[in-house]
Amino acid sequence: MSLDTTTIDSIVAQAEIAIAAASDPTALDQVRVNFLGKKGLFTEQMKGLSKLPKEEKPKMGQVINIAKQAVQKLLNDRGELLRAQEIKEKLAAESIDVTLPGRGTKIGGLHPVTRTIARIESFFGDLGFEVKVGPEVEDDYHNFDALNIPEHHPARQDHDTFYFNPKLVLRTQTSGVQIRTMEVEKPPLRIISPGKVYRNDYDQTHTPMFHQVEGLMVDKDVSFTHLKGILHDFLHHFFEEEVEIRFRPSYFPFTEPSAEVDIMGKNGKWLEVLGCGMVHPNVLRSVGIDPEVYTGFAFGMGVERLTMLRYGVNDLRAFFENDLRFLKQFK
Amino acid sequence: MKFSESWLREWVNPALSSDELAHQITMAGLEVDSVDPVAGEFSGVVIGEVVECGPHPDADKLQITKISLGDYSSATVEKGELVDIVCGAKNCRKGLKVAVATVGAVLPGDFKIKKAKLRGIASFGMLCSESEIGLADDSAGIMELANDAPVGKCVREYLDLNDVTIDVDLTANRGDCLGIKGLAREVGVLNSLAVTEPTITAIAPTIDDVLTINIEANEACPRYLGRVIKGINPSATTPLWMVEKLRRCGTRSIDPVVDVTNYILLELGHPMHAFDLAKLDGGVNAKITVRFANKEEKLTLLDEKEVTLKEGTLVIADEKKALAMAGIFGGLESGVTRNTTDIFLESAFFAPLAILGKARQYGLHTDSSHRYERGIDPTLQFDAIERATELLLTIVGGQAGPVVEAKSDADIPQTKEVSLRRKMLDSRIGHHIGDEQVSEILTRLGFTVTSTGEDVAKVWQVIVPAYRFDIKIEVDLIEEVARIFGYNNIPNIAPKAALKMCEKKEAKLSLINLKQVLVNRDYQEAITYSFVDPKVQSLLHPDKAVMTLPHPISSEMSVMRLSLWTGLLQSMVYNQNRQQGRIRLFEAGLRFVPDENAENGVRQQNMLAGVIGGQRVDEHWSMEKAATDFYDIKGDVEAILALTCDANGYEFSKAEVDALHPGQTAQITKDGVYVGCVGTLHPELERKLGLNGRTLIFELLLSEVLVQKIPEACDISRFPANRRDIAIVVKEEVDAKKVLQLIEKVGGNYLIDLNLFDVYQGQGINDGFKSLAIALVLQDNSKTLEEKDITDVIDRVVETLKTELNASLRD
Repeated sequence: MSLDTTTIDSIVAQAEIAIAAASDPTALDQVRVNFLGKKGLFTEQMKGLSKLPKEEKPKMGQVINIAKQAVQKLLNDRGELLRAQEIKEKLAAESIDVTLPGRGTKIGGLHPVTRTIARIESFFGDLGFEVKVGPEVEDDYHNFDALNIPEHHPARQDHDTFYFNPKLVLRTQTSGVQIRTMEVEKPPLRIISPGKVYRNDYDQTHTPMFHQVEGLMVDKDVSFTHLKGILHDFLHHFFEEEVEIRFRPSYFPFTEPSAEVDIMGKNGKWLEVLGCGMVHPNVLRSVGIDPEVYTGFAFGMGVERLTMLRYGVNDLRAFFENDLRFLKQFK
Repeated sequence: MKFSESWLREWVNPALSSDELAHQITMAGLEVDSVDPVAGEFSGVVIGEVVECGPHPDADKLQITKISLGDYSSATVEKGELVDIVCGAKNCRKGLKVAVATVGAVLPGDFKIKKAKLRGIASFGMLCSESEIGLADDSAGIMELANDAPVGKCVREYLDLNDVTIDVDLTANRGDCLGIKGLAREVGVLNSLAVTEPTITAIAPTIDDVLTINIEANEACPRYLGRVIKGINPSATTPLWMVEKLRRCGTRSIDPVVDVTNYILLELGHPMHAFDLAKLDGGVNAKITVRFANKEEKLTLLDEKEVTLKEGTLVIADEKKALAMAGIFGGLESGVTRNTTDIFLESAFFAPLAILGKARQYGLHTDSSHRYERGIDPTLQFDAIERATELLLTIVGGQAGPVVEAKSDADIPQTKEVSLRRKMLDSRIGHHIGDEQVSEILTRLGFTVTSTGEDVAKVWQVIVPAYRFDIKIEVDLIEEVARIFGYNNIPNIAPKAALKMCEKKEAKLSLINLKQVLVNRDYQEAITYSFVDPKVQSLLHPDKAVMTLPHPISSEMSVMRLSLWTGLLQSMVYNQNRQQGRIRLFEAGLRFVPDENAENGVRQQNMLAGVIGGQRVDEHWSMEKAATDFYDIKGDVEAILALTCDANGYEFSKAEVDALHPGQTAQITKDGVYVGCVGTLHPELERKLGLNGRTLIFELLLSEVLVQKIPEACDISRFPANRRDIAIVVKEEVDAKKVLQLIEKVGGNYLIDLNLFDVYQGQGINDGFKSLAIALVLQDNSKTLEEKDITDVIDRVVETLKTELNASLRD
């Protein structure tokens, strides 16, 4: 076989056909060996190069190299294609049902009362109100006397108190924490105090244990307008809408003026959500704060009531039945 | 207090609807609880007279009647027609004035009256009882109207039934509103209207009888008025108008004398009492003493219960015995009965401090004690006794004696003067209410007002009317001004405060973070009652002292919890009974442990507890089904402890804990201090509590886990780490913890990590032994470890395990 460009062209043409026919990497590799291997067709041609006249050698050598490069490229391209196909097939075989549920998907949830308390803490915490807690078994001094409710005060009867003995009770309000705080800290003061409180009453609308969040701010120049301002603000943010709010005069021995705050329910009826007022001078005096210099406001809100309104819970008792079907609605 | 709107309007009649009135007084601080019609919805009921009444020929219990309706006419009744009605009431009789529901009438409950036949006799309507027209819950027979009731008149109009009962929930400071008089006064203030009071005139005595009155307790009883009325008619009945007024204020009619005293209580807010003169020692010559009870003195009260009087209790007594508990409750023996002809009428001012809390000592709470405790007008006793006398003479007749007064002027509350400073008013309200308006409000409230100074120096001097016991200090006046000005007219302003940073200790973990760990591990938070069933709690915590509530809601809620377990386990049972299989609950809250050394004798500790049961994971298409076991809940506890950045500081060791499985319980300690425990519930308890399947439980003392170690960063080694695995065989009872601690101890500085990754028992391992596979990771900060360095450590470890624990390397 003589060495000329025609022959080279024909080898390239053969390679082209063989490469195109190779249907997998092994077959393709065989084609590579056949053409570019040590004993391949191009090697054969290179051997023929020595027989050519000296002046033709470089030219012919170049022709062969170009042809080899062309074949190599064809091989590479085909190789890429075959690998891509192979991967595609392999991946196709690995295809799964992505709609099946994953593993370990479950998370539990916080109790709705905790959730509400956390939200309240967050609103007031941002304003610099520190969270304080107090004991639930409380002496009558902190639960009553220091709050301007001396023994036999008619207001004590409104409390349905659980007594252990005449001096020891389950706290009926979180207001005792005000006293415990002011006994050791002096104004300016901004605290909130969430927690359980107890009343001896159990029916459709009362549970013997429930939660309150107490708030207290004592400083110079704190007034009723401020109490109104902060509670309006709170209720609007808590419900995330412009609820209609009214302040209604009321009576608590530890605040004066005192008010109860109602919001307009979806049913067009006013609902009481919290009690509040300006801290009574006797209370400030009982903890050694001069009421001529300092004034303060205090409020106490019913957590369950707020939670019911916020999430549409209809039965108060659900909060303490701990039925998972109820609780699992809250994350 | 319940009151009739139309009664109030006799005193003061603002141009407001019932709803507007209720809203107005609510917004003045007298919260209206309810507004209810005083009668059911009905129409077509007119006054009739029974002109004929005879037996039904075929029914023993029925009577056939002819009823005259006078000039009344309607679509079904012709003017002057006598209506035939068959009636089943025993008290139906000729001449009686009755309420007649004519054909076409509609009674409460949309009950339409039609022509009917009763045992063959046609009946054209019905004679009504009180209950049939919604005036009472039940009644014995048909309603008997007064003899002078105008025949033919509409019953609604005659009885003024287009009225409502307003129930106002008065706060403890407003005792002055516990009567129509006080309520009218308040409504007058709110509407700037004058109040029309009934004219009360002194009744001239027609007999001379007087009782001697001696007050021994002047401070407790500054004023006591008494009057004898003789010869009353025992068969007189209370007129319907009074019965109705009482009823609409929630008071049942009893007999005319008692009804009159109750009427005064409701009208003037002043309690009164009437004694049967004949029952007093000495009768018309009786000597009345107001004194404190003697030791062991006994008194049988009107409710027929005998009480032993306590020494601080004020009584009204004759020369021999206590007759009544002053201001609280009358005595049975001296009380007025159906046979009483002569009475002794009492109208007294008892000081609030003498009555406060006293009724409660006997488990009593009466309309009278309710008012005296809050304070009644100390100037009202004469008005009350004259008004009562006038009503009594009209209703039961008789002869009234002179009013006798015993008093101690020094003890009658003195006129109070309170000043109000402009500066304080403004600083508390935060909004300026003009001078004139302040003066006007105070004046309108019945205060006598003078003022001095100008602008910020302005001071109002206020004389407080005797009936306002609640006004004592400046802030009381500030509240009154704000209340009448209207809280909702005061602007809302955001408070100002110095920007002072709060302390935030990084080492203090927040409870919500801990809770979140459990929530992320599929726990649901529960909140259970702090008081639990002593029977259940003593199963869990036998022989432990506990705080008991003397007056619990129920015996199942009568002792304070010693742990959160009782509540959580009961919640578990509750949910298992509602088809919940896999349950994971936690709770945070106080436990109450009696402890003499703690404040108030009780240690109130914040706990975190959890309980799990059922399958480890919900049934899943690719996960293995397995029941929850100890290591699941231990993992949850370890995850919580991991949050402290000091998990290794907490030590788990085998322990025996009441209520838990003796072989599957660990106690957790830190530096020797108890932190909590975790374990499998004792199978016997599972059975007793009715739990379904294995139950795992833990508790942690929050004070011991809400701490976080502040990280102290170390340099990361730049050299490779080497892992070597060893498998050792030890006796079954050797704790893994012991093995790991020993390795740590002798591992030296190169040992940076240790992981027990397999525990094996079975083929190849002798009975009573177990194989532990442990990975040791070795690394140095300054060089790449040589093989020899590594072998040295491993050899040392294996050697120590061999000597200390008799461990051998597994082949």
